[in-house]
Amino acid sequence: MATTDVVPHGAGGELGRPRIVNDMSIQVATVNGSGSQSSNTVLLRAIFQMGVPVSGKNMFPSNIAGLPTWYTIRANKKGYIGRKKEIDFLVAMNPETAHDDVKSLAPGASVLYDEPLALHKLRDDLVFYSVPYDKIVATVCPEAKLRKLVKNMVYVGVVAQLLTIDMGEVEKAIRKQFAKKVKAANLNLAAAQAGFEYAKANLEKRGAFYIERMNETAGKIIIDGNSAAALGCMFAGCTVVTWYPITPSSSLVETLIEYMKEYRIGPDGKATFAIVQAEDELAAVGMVIGAGWAGARSMTATAGPGISLMSEFSGLAYYVEVPGVIWDIQRVGPSTGLPTRTSQGDILSTAFLSHGDTKHIMLIPSSVSECFSMATDAFNLAEQFQTLVFVMSDLDLGMNNWMSDPFEYPTTPIKRGKVLSKEDLDRLGGFARYKDVDGDGIGYRTLPGTPHPAAAYFARGSGHNEKAQYSERADDFERNMERLNRKFETARSFVPRPEITKGKNAKIGLIGYGTSHWGITESLDQLREEYGMEVDYLRLRAYPFTREVHEFVEQHERVYMVEQNRDAQMLSLLKLDVKPELITRLRSIAHITGLPLDARSITDELTSMEGK
Amino acid sequence: MSTTTTEPGAATPGPKTNRIGLTMIEYKGGKTTLCAGCGHNAISERIVEAMYEMGVEPEFVIKPSGIGCSSKTPAYFLSRSHSFNAVHGRMPSVATGAVLANRKLVCIGVSGDGDTASIGIGQFMHLMRRNLPIIYIIEDNGVYGLTKGQFSATADLGSKLKTGVLNDLPPIDTCALAVQLGATFVGRSFSGDKRQLSAMLKAAIAHKGTVMLDVVSPCVTFNDHEGSTKSYKYVKEHEEVLQEVSFVPAFEDINVEYDAGTTIDVTMHDGSHLQLRKLEEDYDPTDKVRAITRLTEAHDKGEVLTGVFYVNTKAPNFIEMLNMTDQPLATLPESVTRPRKEALEAAMEELR
Repeated sequence: MATTDVVPHGAGGELGRPRIVNDMSIQVATVNGSGSQSSNTVLLRAIFQMGVPVSGKNMFPSNIAGLPTWYTIRANKKGYIGRKKEIDFLVAMNPETAHDDVKSLAPGASVLYDEPLALHKLRDDLVFYSVPYDKIVATVCPEAKLRKLVKNMVYVGVVAQLLTIDMGEVEKAIRKQFAKKVKAANLNLAAAQAGFEYAKANLEKRGAFYIERMNETAGKIIIDGNSAAALGCMFAGCTVVTWYPITPSSSLVETLIEYMKEYRIGPDGKATFAIVQAEDELAAVGMVIGAGWAGARSMTATAGPGISLMSEFSGLAYYVEVPGVIWDIQRVGPSTGLPTRTSQGDILSTAFLSHGDTKHIMLIPSSVSECFSMATDAFNLAEQFQTLVFVMSDLDLGMNNWMSDPFEYPTTPIKRGKVLSKEDLDRLGGFARYKDVDGDGIGYRTLPGTPHPAAAYFARGSGHNEKAQYSERADDFERNMERLNRKFETARSFVPRPEITKGKNAKIGLIGYGTSHWGITESLDQLREEYGMEVDYLRLRAYPFTREVHEFVEQHERVYMVEQNRDAQMLSLLKLDVKPELITRLRSIAHITGLPLDARSITDELTSMEGK
Repeated sequence: MSTTTTEPGAATPGPKTNRIGLTMIEYKGGKTTLCAGCGHNAISERIVEAMYEMGVEPEFVIKPSGIGCSSKTPAYFLSRSHSFNAVHGRMPSVATGAVLANRKLVCIGVSGDGDTASIGIGQFMHLMRRNLPIIYIIEDNGVYGLTKGQFSATADLGSKLKTGVLNDLPPIDTCALAVQLGATFVGRSFSGDKRQLSAMLKAAIAHKGTVMLDVVSPCVTFNDHEGSTKSYKYVKEHEEVLQEVSFVPAFEDINVEYDAGTTIDVTMHDGSHLQLRKLEEDYDPTDKVRAITRLTEAHDKGEVLTGVFYVNTKAPNFIEMLNMTDQPLATLPESVTRPRKEALEAAMEELR
């Protein structure tokens, strides 16, 4: 037994607690750029391969190398994959944050640390394990310059031994991680094994946490929301992608480029798409609008600052009635804010993005599978409603790894909306671009290049009449704006409906959206199990609000909107929408730390507001 | 039967048509709402003629524009073509998107000096870099007409506003910028020079890359007075013509004869010929450095230099660089744009 192993005072070996199996949060604290991402992915995958539900969340700085970063893996037998507030097992690799990290732990947690840090001196109510990483890595990695990277794989082996993670699964995960680099795979495997052997020979397990095989992940996939969205866009028939790099959205387009190169090159060896990195977000959205106007299924991906820059153009698209899809992977604002932390802070500004009376359709995915499926919804709605559709993802969903059932091949056909062909024009003789022929507020459009003398119309951001002619007439303007409103009202019946979970006669309703969902579902269980409270839950999936949202408010005495922003942004939208007498029923549970919303925070806030 | 009898119903000769059977009228636009005598109206007329003479199908032309007097002009030519009057200074991005969506379109973008050289300078510069197939026309009068006569960034040093205010900042030379940044056909003309502008527009239609034409186009209301360097009088007095520009389209079966000593012949992408009769012995329109030097000299001498400054028919255009399929992306069917189920299954397998 290593002399540095510290047994906590009091209860002895395992603190007198039962074994805690498949229910823990492991946090790895490292330095950005040290290659820890591979190690953490291997650890995550190994647990996943053992059939245990798992999620991985990266809390990283806006920096390439040198600043602290934390990666949290949550394993949970009940399938809770939202963030857990408490850390159970800390892997302390970063001298700079180690003291704070250790001090913030709850009693009974385990700490694995690099020997020279001597963290065991800090507290006596934790389980400490010390590992001489430099000595171990020197034995497996002769090349000194690689040691910094390989060092992180040593802790994978140690953690595997201490938490009873199968080394066979670790090896499989390493082989997958370094699939194309056999040498790197072997080197990393040796490092993990050396860590495992060291732990076996020198560390005595004291902590309460164990990973044991389950069968809850068979057939499932692990993917981040941005990759899921990329796949979704490809299968949604997207043809033009224009973008400007911005965290946390860049990986969406970068992954899309890879998928498109693999699956969207025609038999002639040519691309059935165009992807252009623009000079800024103004140009990116301008290209989306130009392409949408000319008939492409066009999109961009951005974050808050990009949304702000796209404001003027978004009003143009609303008013000229041009389709396009904009993915907003929300991060923390205002201004540059916390570029690598998550929020739902763009809801209000996006709903009304641009000057004048402007309103936009927003779709809100909660899961990676919705990132995939809502891509088709977004493109179809954009073309059916001839308008921009914003997909409001966030950093937690977009950049973190989520477990999911494999995605289902889209059954919804690609819908191109009301587009008149040459044959239609032959039959009709002509058309009025902005005339409400069908009573749904949606006019018929033509695409440039339609070989008919009456096909052309003049798209303009200035005032126009039904025939798209320049007009400053009061009646033309009013009629057009009313029609645009009618179109938005029509959209209520076409956007994705909410998902409602109801108990028996619950008086309290909870509304949430996006990634708040994961904390909410866990919180609902806590409320039932710990407080005996029945709470109904409606998960919003789109704006404008559908009929079900109004009904839900009418059915409950008090309705809490849970969201990850300061100003209760979605609640504000809802207040504008519900009958005035219902507004007093609405309250807010807001969360603005930049960290993914955890269940405990919701439970505490709700019970406190309910006087429990 | 008398042979002298005129056949009943013999058609009087119809109006003249072009090579695709359309009359000039079918290329016209709406009535202009600009000031009488505005240079922009003359440019619109030249565009109508050039499109007619080249036999371009109007349904395949798009006319994006920004904001300003110049950007209103797409309403005054080619009514049978789609227009997009976008936002101020951002026409390049809208045009880029449209051309990506449908590579078969002929794109003629109209902008002004304010729209291009001030609010839109960023998008303008990046458009030039891409060599997108587009004809980019700046209707350049040195002032903001629609907001009543403030200086723009192409106003010359020392040029005077009607109010007597002198411009004390150097002008941006959009041609020099375009040459430096990668446009492959760059020229300057004058709205009053019917022959030169016509030839340059036709060559522009034949060119499959970024054409940047800065057309000096006097503003009769706000910048045509004594002391202005963009007035009709000033331009006529200070115009230096670099070459005599003529154009022979590919479909005209004429022997292209020229004296190699005095004329530079450029074979365009479609096989037509741009002929530049040298007025300055040593000027070579394929030499970027020379172009920029000559433009700088012109500024120093107070000349309004016109002609084709630079032409390059070899550089790949943006559509080629992107390796885009021949069919317009806009109309690709679902069978092409949505990969099959097996593709999703393969992607899922990699994520297990």
